[in-house]
Amino acid sequence: MASRRRGLPEINAGSMADIAFLLLIFFLVTTTMDQDTGIARKLPPMPEEEQEKPPEIKAKNIYVVLINSNNQLLVEGDWTEISQLKDGAKKFINNNGIDPKSSDSPQKAIISLQNDRGTEYKTYIRVQNELAAAYNELRNEAALNKFGERYIDLNKTQQKDIRKMYPQKISEAEPKNIGGNE
Amino acid sequence: MSKFRKNGKKGMPAISTASLPDIVFMLLFFFMVTTVMRETTLFVSVVTPKASEIKKLQKKSLVSYIYIGPPIKRMQTSYGTAARIQLNDSFASVDEIQEFIASEQEARDEKEIPYMTTSIKADETVKMGIITDVKQELRKANSLKINYSTRKGSY
Repeated sequence: MASRRRGLPEINAGSMADIAFLLLIFFLVTTTMDQDTGIARKLPPMPEEEQEKPPEIKAKNIYVVLINSNNQLLVEGDWTEISQLKDGAKKFINNNGIDPKSSDSPQKAIISLQNDRGTEYKTYIRVQNELAAAYNELRNEAALNKFGERYIDLNKTQQKDIRKMYPQKISEAEPKNIGGNE
Repeated sequence: MSKFRKNGKKGMPAISTASLPDIVFMLLFFFMVTTVMRETTLFVSVVTPKASEIKKLQKKSLVSYIYIGPPIKRMQTSYGTAARIQLNDSFASVDEIQEFIASEQEARDEKEIPYMTTSIKADETVKMGIITDVKQELRKANSLKINYSTRKGSY
């Protein structure tokens, strides 16, 4: 009995670590930890057949941003650099009726964005990003004033309050093909 | 004294490596669980544009991807260099998007359909025309939540 037991050799587990390391390195190399990030947007639903007349919006409450096929920006009729867009948009949204030609209140302010079919996607995203940044900065400032914390640190109801103060209204018009190239 | 010295030399034990496999296995399982294997092979080369105001894409299982970009080098001989749309594992035309969204919605639970997001992974050199067409098709397919995939970074 004893001899038979002694005869059953113990499996050497010393190389187990090596095998495990091999697998580990494989997964380490193949793993991608990066999470998908991006700018979230909501598309408007398709217009229905019988559409009631859209409510009239005063022209001064609309901030018109146009991008042409050469990736140039026309904001409210003026040629503008993308880097200036954020400040311009912030000023427009937060006007509160001070400048009679600008928006009445943040709730009424609408940003209208129109691009050409030839516009580069990169430019479009940059513009979207700047506009989102304008809203985010305004919300942050409001959050600091009202609650003394940054917007992202607020709880859900507080965030909703701030969102009500600064609703993000970015309207995208149907694109035109002015540049003629795709 | 000599006794001590002798003992000291002999008593220096080798560190037991018996628990090393356990530690390595622990790490291994962690990486195995967190790994997401790439599901589709990309036929288009996509370098997403940079942006700073980004949000993380939650619930990956509810996201469908649309890739837009110029075909990769290997494919350029047969497909040219003009930007194309890729759905799942093949090139697609704009008209096929509605079908694609419908099949994606069918695969999910009915309750989850309103939370489904479409991630547009487009190359930064792509023209807006193709993106606009895709967006119109998504509107028609009533899949309104979209996400423009971007990298973190600023200009």
